[in-house]
Amino acid sequence: MRIDGAAVDAAPRPGQCLRTFLREQGRTGVKKGCDAGDCGACTVLLDGDPVHSCIVPAHRAVGSEVVTVAGLGTPDDPHPAQQAFADAAGFQCGFCTAGMVCTAAALGLPAAEAPEPAELDRLFKGNLCRCTGYRSVRDALAGRRNVETAVAGESFGRPVAAPAALRVVTGREAYTLDEPEPPGMLHVAVLGSPHPHARITRIDVAAARAAPGVHLVLTYRDVPATPYSTGRHQDRNDDPDDTLMLDPVLRFRGQRVAVVVAETLRQARRALRLVDVEYEVLPAVLDPEAARAPGAPLVHGDKDPVLARIADPGRNVVAVVREEYPVPGAVDAALAVSAATVEGEWSTARVNHAALETHGARAWVADDGTLTVRTSSQVPFLVRDELARLLALDPAAVRVVVGRVGGGFGGKQELLVEDVVALAALRTGRAVQWELTREEQFTVVPCRHPMRVRVRAGAGADGVLTALAIDVLSDTGAYGNHAPGVLFHGVHESMAVYRVPAKRVDAEAVYTNNLPSGAFRGYGLGQVIFAIESALDELAARLGLDPVELRRRNVVRPGDPFVVGSLVQDDLDYGSYGLDQCLDLVDEALRRGAAESRDGAAEGGWARGATDGGGRAAPVGWSEGRGVALAMIATVPPRGHYSNARVSADADGGFTVDVGTAEFGNGTTTVHVQLAADALGVPPDRVRVRQSDTGTSGYDTGAYGSAGSVVAGKAVAQAAARLREHLDGGDGVRSAEGSHDGSPRSVAFNVQGFRVAVNRATGEVRVLQSVHAADAGVVINPEQLRGQIEGGVAQALGSALQEQVQLHDGEVMTRAFRHYRVPQLVDVPPTEVLFADTVDTTGPRGAKSMSEAPYNPVAPALANAITDATGVRPHAIPMQKDTLWRLLNGVGRSSA
Amino acid sequence: MDLDVDSVRTARTRADLALAPGERFLAGGTFLYSEPLPPGVTGLVDLLGLGWEPWTIDGGGLRVSATCTVEEVRAGLGALGARSGPYRGLGIAQPCADALLLSFKVAHTATVGGNLSLALPAGAMVSLFAALGASVLVWAPGGGARVESLTSFVTGPGETTLADGEVLREVRVPASALGARTAFRKIALTPLGRSSAVVTGLRAEETARLVLTASVPRPVPLEVAPGDHAALDRALDAVTEWFDDPHGAPDWRAAVTRGLAHEVLEELA
Repeated sequence: MRIDGAAVDAAPRPGQCLRTFLREQGRTGVKKGCDAGDCGACTVLLDGDPVHSCIVPAHRAVGSEVVTVAGLGTPDDPHPAQQAFADAAGFQCGFCTAGMVCTAAALGLPAAEAPEPAELDRLFKGNLCRCTGYRSVRDALAGRRNVETAVAGESFGRPVAAPAALRVVTGREAYTLDEPEPPGMLHVAVLGSPHPHARITRIDVAAARAAPGVHLVLTYRDVPATPYSTGRHQDRNDDPDDTLMLDPVLRFRGQRVAVVVAETLRQARRALRLVDVEYEVLPAVLDPEAARAPGAPLVHGDKDPVLARIADPGRNVVAVVREEYPVPGAVDAALAVSAATVEGEWSTARVNHAALETHGARAWVADDGTLTVRTSSQVPFLVRDELARLLALDPAAVRVVVGRVGGGFGGKQELLVEDVVALAALRTGRAVQWELTREEQFTVVPCRHPMRVRVRAGAGADGVLTALAIDVLSDTGAYGNHAPGVLFHGVHESMAVYRVPAKRVDAEAVYTNNLPSGAFRGYGLGQVIFAIESALDELAARLGLDPVELRRRNVVRPGDPFVVGSLVQDDLDYGSYGLDQCLDLVDEALRRGAAESRDGAAEGGWARGATDGGGRAAPVGWSEGRGVALAMIATVPPRGHYSNARVSADADGGFTVDVGTAEFGNGTTTVHVQLAADALGVPPDRVRVRQSDTGTSGYDTGAYGSAGSVVAGKAVAQAAARLREHLDGGDGVRSAEGSHDGSPRSVAFNVQGFRVAVNRATGEVRVLQSVHAADAGVVINPEQLRGQIEGGVAQALGSALQEQVQLHDGEVMTRAFRHYRVPQLVDVPPTEVLFADTVDTTGPRGAKSMSEAPYNPVAPALANAITDATGVRPHAIPMQKDTLWRLLNGVGRSSA
Repeated sequence: MDLDVDSVRTARTRADLALAPGERFLAGGTFLYSEPLPPGVTGLVDLLGLGWEPWTIDGGGLRVSATCTVEEVRAGLGALGARSGPYRGLGIAQPCADALLLSFKVAHTATVGGNLSLALPAGAMVSLFAALGASVLVWAPGGGARVESLTSFVTGPGETTLADGEVLREVRVPASALGARTAFRKIALTPLGRSSAVVTGLRAEETARLVLTASVPRPVPLEVAPGDHAALDRALDAVTEWFDDPHGAPDWRAAVTRGLAHEVLEELA
C-alpha cells in the first residue's frame, strides 16, 4: 500500500478497517466520527475514489494508493479544496473538515461549473457537520471567500480567519487522540449494565484478569468510594455528589459495571465477556411524573440529602424552584380578572449533542511523577481539580491537557472518561486510553434534559401581560449532573425577559432510570422558551394582536428589574439592550420576504440566491404561515467565572498568549488573537495562542456559559494591554498577566423568524424563509459570529424537526447516525443573520457572548409559524412529519 | 470499525465458499464493518475475489451479480434506463439507488447482494428488483442452486430464506420487465433520510404491479388493473402490518404509502 505517496510495509490485521490502519501509520488527519460509514469524517481517496475508510476492509486496500487529507496538501501549499475551506471559514471545530475536503477534492470542487443544488445535496449527504449549519461549507464548495487578512491593530470587527485554519484543513491540527501514542499504551473497554435498575449481587472477574493481554480489571470494589458528579462547575457544590466511579447499584442501562484494561482493544473486549455478573433486578421508574409520585422506586433513596445535595431523595427530586412574585396567590388573582388567558403544556425530547469527536482521553504518569491526562474537554481545570479530589492527589500533581476539541455543545462539561484512564494509569504504570464509540455517545453519554412545561399566562385587552406562571418537570435521568443548574437557568432568563406584575415558577428536576441528562447548548432555556413563546403566541391570537406587537409591549427595558419567580438581586444588569432592534429587524425581514416571494420567486427556489435567506414561495396547495420567538440570555454564568491569562513577547518578534479556556469550534482562539493583536498593535499572525493546558496557563473556569470571549477574552485583552505598556515603557518586562472574574454580567438577545409551508397530507414542514437577529453588542468577528448563529439555528432546527433519542424500556433505540437524524446539508435552509447595533458596557470592547443563545428561540418560532399556517398548535418537539401529520389530521394521541 | 476476527480469506472459486466453523461471508462490507460482529464469528470469506461480472444483459433478461455495487446499478443500469427504449424499465434504478441513506462514496463499495441479504425494509435494491419481478439465484453449500422470487426471499426485517452456508449469487430480471414502464416514489422524515415508505411499480400488459417497501416489514406486492384506484385502495386496506422503527410511525407510514401508491398507479396508467 502507498499512503500519501509513501510506501507502507505494514500489513493490516484480519478484520481491520482502513481508518484505523491509516491512523496506526500516523495518518491521524483521518478522523473517527462514527466508525460506521454514516458521517464521512474518515473520507480518504482510495485509488482516486472517495471512500469512508471506517467501512473499507483494510485487506482490500493492500496494493492500493491511498491519499488522506494530509497527502492532498500542506499548510504552505494547500490543495485548492483545502484553500477553499480556509478562505470560506468553512469549519468551526474542524473535525468533519478532513472528510469534507477529501470529498470536495475527489469531486473537483470548488469548480468553475458548480453542481446543481440538488446534486450538491446528494453528494454531501454523507458528510455531517454539527457546527456550521453548512452555509460556510456551501461557500467553500462554491469557492466564495469570507475571511480577510487584517492589518496591524485593526483586526477587531474584521472577518479574520481562525489561526488554525490551514492546519485544520490540511489535517495537521492535533485533536485529542491525534498525537503519537505513548509507548506501551493500554486500552479500556467497559461492560455496561443490561438493566435500567439493578444491584450487583456477585461479580467474578478472575477469568477476565487471567485473559491474554489484560493488565487490570476494575469493579466497584477496586475504586475510590468518593462520590462526585460528572457535571463540572466552578463551584463543585452546584451538582449533587450522587455518582461513584463504579457503583454496585446500576441506575440506567449501560452504566459501568466493570472496566478492563488490556494491551489491545480487542483483548479488552474479549475479556469483558469473561466477567461473570449476577444482578438483582430492581423496579425501575422511567416516567418523570411517575418518579415523584408516592411509592415510586427510589433512584437515589440511599443518599443523604445534605451530604449529596439532593433536594428530596425520598421523592426522586434532585432540585426544586418554587417561587411566586410579588406575593403568594398573585398569579391566580391576576388571571381571574384578565381579559384573555392561555394555559397549555409543552414537551421536549431527548437530544444528543452529536459532537463529531467522541469523548476520549489518554492518561500517563510523566517522568516527574505528574499524572497527565489529555482529554476532549471544555473544562480542563475543573477536570483537574475533580480528578485530584477523586484520586486523593494534590492538584499540582495532576496536569490536564486539552488539544483542539472536535465539538462540545455542553457535552464536554462533564467528567466521563478521565477518571477511568487516570486511575488505570496510576494502577498499571502504563499509558492508558479510552475512546468512546459512537454507540456509547448515544447510549451512556448525557443528553439534553427532556422537559414538560405547563404555562399559564394572562393579559389585559390592551395586550399588557398580567400574569405568567410556569410549571416545569425536568427528567435528569439516573444522575443529577447539571440537573440543578439546567433547571435554575431554564426558568431564569426565559421568565425574566418579560415584565409581568405577577409571576410564579414551580419547577422540579427528577431522577428516573433513564440515560442521564446533562449540559446542552442553551442550558435549559430552550426547553422553557419553547413553552413560554408558544403560549404567548397563543395569547396574542386570543387578543387579536400581532404576536410581535404583543412582545414589544411586554419585554423588559433597561432599568426594569429582572424577575423570575422572585426579584433577582445579583450582578446581572443591562450592559446594553438591543431586543427592540432585534424584533424590528426580524419583523421587517419577514415582511420583505413575504412580499418578494409573492413577486415572482420560483416555487421551491430561493428568491435571492442560495445563501442569503431571502425566501421562497410555498408549493401549490401547502399552507403558509410565519412565526417569531425571542430569547434573552445572561452573557456569563452566575456566581463567578474566572480566567487568568498571560501574554509574552517572544524572541522572534511574535507574541504568545497562554489562556486556560478550550477551543472546540466556538472560535475563542480567533477572538483572543484579535484582542491581543490589537492591544499590541501587531498583525494577528504575530500572535500565537497556547491554550487549555493546566500545566502552562493560569486558572480558567472553562468554556461554558459562552464565557470564552467575554471572560477569557477580557483577561487576554488586559494582559496584552499591560504588556504593551511595559514594551512601550522599555522597562524590560516581556510578559504580563490579566484576569477577569466574570462579573458584572450583561444580557444578550436573539429573535428568530420563520416563514414556512406545511403539507397537510404528509406533515412536511418546509422553511421558506429563516431570519435571525442577534444583539451581541459590538461584533468582534462578523464571519465567525454569523457562523455561530447559523450553527445554533441549524442545531435547533434538528431538535425542532427531526432529532430525538428514542428510548424503549430505558434502552436507547437510536444508537447510530443512521437512526439519529443530525441535519444533513440538504436539511438546513439558509438563515439571514442580522445584528443589532449596541455597545456593551461590560464585555471586551463592547462585545457580548453569542454561541449558545441562537439555539433558544428557534423551536418556538417554528411552532408559531406552523400554527399560523395550519391553525393547529404543536405542543411537542420534534415536530416530525409523522407527529405533525397526526396532529393535522386529528389522529391518535392529542396533545395538551 | 475494526472487526474482532482471526482470519480473512478471499474466495477465488466456488470451492472456496465452503465455510469453516465461525466463518461468515463478506460482500462489500459497508454494513458488516459498521457494527460489531455477533459473538462466535471468527473469520470472513471475501466474495469479491470471485471476480463476478457486475451485470450482463441479453435477450434472456438482466443478470446482476450479488457483488455488483450500488454505484454500478445507479450509473450502469441507470444509464440504460434513462433512455426510452428496450431498457426503460431500468429508469427507476437511479432513484432507487439514491433512496438509500448511504453516501455516493459508500455506493461505490456497497453491493446489491449485501443490500438484498441485509433485508432491511428500507433496502432500496429490494424496491428496485422486486418491482422488476426479479428472482434470485442462491448457491447451496457443496454445489447445487435454487431460484426463488425476490419477494419471497425477503421474509422480514433482516430476515431472508438464506440458510447457513448459502450464497446469493445473482438477481435475474426477466426481459419482459426491462422494456416496461416503471415508476418510483419515496418519502422519508427528512428529504434524503432513511426511507419511511417506498412504492415502486411496473406496468405489465394487463396490470399494474406495485411493490411496497420501507413502510412494511417485508416487500408487499400488489397487482391491480391500470387506473383502478378503487381496487388499489382495497388492496391497501388488506395490508395490516406497517413497520415501526425510529423512521416513522406506522399509522403515518400507512397513510403516506397510500398517497405514494396512488401516484405510482397514476403514472403507470
